[in-house]
Amino acid sequence: MEPVRVLTAIAAPMIRANIDTDIIIPSREMKSVSKTGLAAGLFAGWRYTAIGGRDPNPEFVLNQPAYAGTRILLGGENFGCGSSREHAVWALHEYGIRAVIAPSFAPIFFGNCVRNGIVPVVLAATYIAMLESFVQADPQTNHITVDLERCEVRAAEVQRYPFKIEAEARDMLLEGLDAIDLTLKSRAEIANFQARDKLLRPWIYLETITQ
Amino acid sequence: MPATTLFEKLWSAHLVRELGEGVGLIAIDRIFLHERTGSVALKSLAESGRVLADPARVFCTMDHIVDTFPGRGDETRMPGGKAFITETREAARRAGIQLFDVRDPLQGIVHVISPELGIVLPGATVVCPDSHTCTQGALGAFAWGIGSTEAEHALATGTLRVSKPRTMRVRFEGRLPEGTTAKDMALALIAAHGSVGGNGYAVEFAGSAVRALDIEARLTLCNMVTEFSAVTGFIAPDQKTFDYLRGRRFAPTDATWPEAEASWRALVSDDDAIFDREIVIDVSALAPMVTWGTSPEHAVPIDGRVPNLHPRALAYMGLEPGTPLRSLAISSAFIGSCTNSRLSDLRRAAAILKGRRVATGVRAICVPGSMSVKRAAEAEGLDQIFREAGFEWRESGCSMCFFAGGESFGARERVVSSTNRNFESRQGPETRSHLASPETVAASAVLGRLASANELAGVIGGQN
Repeated sequence: MEPVRVLTAIAAPMIRANIDTDIIIPSREMKSVSKTGLAAGLFAGWRYTAIGGRDPNPEFVLNQPAYAGTRILLGGENFGCGSSREHAVWALHEYGIRAVIAPSFAPIFFGNCVRNGIVPVVLAATYIAMLESFVQADPQTNHITVDLERCEVRAAEVQRYPFKIEAEARDMLLEGLDAIDLTLKSRAEIANFQARDKLLRPWIYLETITQ
Repeated sequence: MPATTLFEKLWSAHLVRELGEGVGLIAIDRIFLHERTGSVALKSLAESGRVLADPARVFCTMDHIVDTFPGRGDETRMPGGKAFITETREAARRAGIQLFDVRDPLQGIVHVISPELGIVLPGATVVCPDSHTCTQGALGAFAWGIGSTEAEHALATGTLRVSKPRTMRVRFEGRLPEGTTAKDMALALIAAHGSVGGNGYAVEFAGSAVRALDIEARLTLCNMVTEFSAVTGFIAPDQKTFDYLRGRRFAPTDATWPEAEASWRALVSDDDAIFDREIVIDVSALAPMVTWGTSPEHAVPIDGRVPNLHPRALAYMGLEPGTPLRSLAISSAFIGSCTNSRLSDLRRAAAILKGRRVATGVRAICVPGSMSVKRAAEAEGLDQIFREAGFEWRESGCSMCFFAGGESFGARERVVSSTNRNFESRQGPETRSHLASPETVAASAVLGRLASANELAGVIGGQN
């Protein structure tokens, strides 16, 4: 996973509660068993004028020239709610998004971001509204900085908003760590746990099927 | 010993090691996959060269995009859908995991078949790359939805790195009025406390009204906690849970049952356990609920009117504030999904439909949650009742709970649905979904407008 440390980039406001993963990538845009080839389907229902079409809807924020090159999204409450589909995060990442700033995230979406190099930043709605005003004045110039090292969002020099993120999630993102590699270092502990647990709860341990 | 919550007991029983600052390495007892999001996890695992830690605890079903028309095979109406089915089958075979394939008599929606086969058990940790995995907490399990990368982690290591949620108890107290259901309890909770009300919490459902629910109704209640933004929802197991599980295919056998049941009886929150948050809801006057907007929190009693809130939702739904919900004509009715497609759901809907017909011009569809539910319903003649009423009677699957590119409801069509999500375009491009209980869906189908069952003569509590 590609590490994210300090990101200074164009941010697009998409401030609405409950932007769900069906909106981020409609199910019909998940066309193959793959983590890639999804960027074209990102926000498809809003981004294009017709279902399944590719004619851009000029009103959609990411289609506006002022927001070309967006890498940060400003969102509303419960961002990423709905389906667990990680395709939503893969599509965002492939499109170029590296951070989403929202007052709250759906838990599965939050976890998916952390596993894929997108920083989910929880910030109060009032601060996000200020960031929105700052960005809207001149999106191509008024960049926002998400500084994961200092756990701080900055806009120009005057606006500085600290945010909290769990150490585990922060380390994963900062170092671009592979969680599976990390966990497999605890292989012996896992085996010991299972040996003890098998005595306590034998019914949990099923026989392997024969096919 | 300090008093502890049930969640704390579930957590500590699975804690392999602390990973610092509220994160634990948690042992995973059951992993369920489906063809939509599980396929990519199996594929990615195979490509990484890592091995599956324990195939015996991994299960897979074909539910999400599988066709639900009689005589189905691998073909699906969703463009590109067949590849998900064939690739999942091949990956499951190579991995040596239990697959409930398209034509397997045990096939069904993951959260319907896992309880009915005794795969989920009290005190177990259960994960699936599916947001409605919380459903399975109804049996006293710690069950939660994850992404595909997390699923791959669970497959490879038998564990997950889990951020420990805060605890919430939601107590439903009082006696639920006839005709009001677990679905209405869930919608009432989300309407009162918002679609982010449960954010960051593991929610234990308790109270006299929860104890009174049968297991299938408990599954409905827990199903909806993901719409509350909670990590999971669960209910302490009791005699009903044990009676439900006894003899099920993957449940403990007679040899291990006594020991298992004895250990499950300890799965309760201690009397003076402290929760981070507590909500109490009196259900004694709770009415059937229906959603008017585009989030499950946009729910009101069916006797109510469309509120003057959320202009975007009103515009999407084509509604004027102040309109009585009961005056809204519907064009379709859907009974199915992991929320409300079990035998008891179909029985209650059939009791309303018996001897009645769906209103002219209304398209009505019933999709049983599993092939076992379908067979049991047919053995009781429920399929005849649905068919004679004018419902389509389908093979099991997730079906039109969501739009995957194949079948859908039409643009600006008003649908009353026993499902879980009324999001914009969830059930079809520009489709307007109203969530409700199976009873409300059945009554609405008959009357051609949003309606509760007590508007129909001869139904319990109804007009004579």
